[in-house]
Amino acid sequence: MNWFFHIGRYYIMMSRVFSKPEKWSIYRKQFIKEIDNLGLGSLGIVVIISIFMGAVITIQSAFGFESPWIPLYAVGVASRDSIVLEFSPTIVSLILAGKVGSNIASEIGTMRVTEQIDALEIMGINSKSYLILPKIVAAVFINPFLIVISMFLALLGGLIAGQMTGAVTHYEFIYGIQYDFRPFNVTYALIKTLFFAFIITSVSAYHGYYTQGGALEVGKSSTNAVVYSSIVILLFNFILTQLLLS
Amino acid sequence: MIEVKNIYKSFNGKAVLKDINIVFERGKTNLIIGESGSGKTVLMKTMVGLFNADSGEINYEGKNFIAMDFDHRKEIRKEIGMLFQGGALFDSLTVEENVMFPLGMFTNMSVAEQRERADFCLNRVNLKTAHKLYPAEISGGMKKRVAIARAISMKPKYLFCDEPNSGLDPKTSILIDNLIYELTSELNITTIVITHDMNSVMEIGDNISFLYNGEINWKGHRNDVMYASSPELNNFVYASEFMKKLKSTMGNKSH
Ligand SMILES: Nc1ncnc2c1ncn2[C@@H]1O[C@H](COP(=O)(O)OP(=O)(O)OP(=O)(O)O)[C@@H](O)[C@H]1O
Ligand SMILES: [Mg+2]
Repeated sequence: MNWFFHIGRYYIMMSRVFSKPEKWSIYRKQFIKEIDNLGLGSLGIVVIISIFMGAVITIQSAFGFESPWIPLYAVGVASRDSIVLEFSPTIVSLILAGKVGSNIASEIGTMRVTEQIDALEIMGINSKSYLILPKIVAAVFINPFLIVISMFLALLGGLIAGQMTGAVTHYEFIYGIQYDFRPFNVTYALIKTLFFAFIITSVSAYHGYYTQGGALEVGKSSTNAVVYSSIVILLFNFILTQLLLS
Repeated sequence: MIEVKNIYKSFNGKAVLKDINIVFERGKTNLIIGESGSGKTVLMKTMVGLFNADSGEINYEGKNFIAMDFDHRKEIRKEIGMLFQGGALFDSLTVEENVMFPLGMFTNMSVAEQRERADFCLNRVNLKTAHKLYPAEISGGMKKRVAIARAISMKPKYLFCDEPNSGLDPKTSILIDNLIYELTSELNITTIVITHDMNSVMEIGDNISFLYNGEINWKGHRNDVMYASSPELNNFVYASEFMKKLKSTMGNKSH
């Protein structure tokens, strides 16, 4: 795969995406539709994954700390840090890349191969901006909410699991969550989330928009969208962590 | 009026259009005919800028579309109505919303006015009961008609139709041909229709261009198409038994 070609074409596409919209009222309508589609549509999977992963993270931390020298609330501290710093912003974003990314690429890819994008262009509409901008804005807007919900539910899952398995009492766990709490960690997580939301939507839209061929190629674009947005997320996770935490 | 001048177009080194020169007149139904794969769709898409020509000019009222930037092209495209070979309806919108779409985008009409206009256009293509259905829920021929309704909703100055009556029954087919013909003279627009249907050719072909192997092989009026000297065109025209019979009866009468 020729990376330079794709990066160049991605930039050209994005410069058209961020040009002045034809009519604001139409974009507003699209935006609300995408909030519903990309945001509320992902809520279910975020809820389930967060509760269960939070539970597992807590049990594993407790398992690792079975020493009389380590206070029990350390389980709360460790779970909180894993969840806030890494699990909710990065792992949940990767899962959203799978769900939202394939959805965007197949929707736009289908519009491409059935000439719907050509039909938009012929009407004099900037199809890149019309199709892609509302998705990017919606995801950048709604994903931070999803991630905060995920953090909360993961901690709740940890609390319940700790209590149920007897690994850590809810009193110790909550004390641990509050112990030496650094608000900047949440800011860091939300900054990552914004970047990841942008990456998921724009990289997936790119793969959909430049689909060539038929239904088979739409499937391939959708797979590529997930693979490449995940890779770019991991890359940016590394870069942003270096920049923000070191 | 649209003037196509010395247009060349190739894909990966394979020439599809070779030195195409045609003048599409205003107020006339201009046909492009030719065998499957002869380059008709590529020519039409090149004319509206969906494909970039290798060289040549496409002049809309004397202004070269190929040399224009996005904003200037946009001004011309707002005056274009296009029917794609596959319909290209928006899957996520109902039939009615599809026809209303360009109105909502480019006019200041209220939703009620848009709906009224959409209803009018859908009536013209004889679709009266499908307004609330989605493209996936209607037949192929109905899709085609919705696409025509969408193409004419903005009262275009230039109407492009890629095989408007393929997949339609003979009665609807004639209805669509008549609709296109009427709209053309009524609104005095420049209409370009791709077809392989000899019936349409004989009914509405004011200016006919016969594309053969990426070149213009013959140009003329519907009255002349049966008596052309081009062997390729004769092969195309007399592929059907019906046309052969028609020629023999007409030949008998005139002599
Ligand atoms: N996007 C493309 N990439 C490469 N080749 C293409 C492309 N589009 C069309 N062609 C080639 O151009 C030639 C002409 O195709 P075109 O679609 O114009 O045929 P047509 O005359 O419209 O045929 P039909 O009547 O079947 O619709 C074909 O040989 C086709 O393979
Ligand atoms: Mg064709």
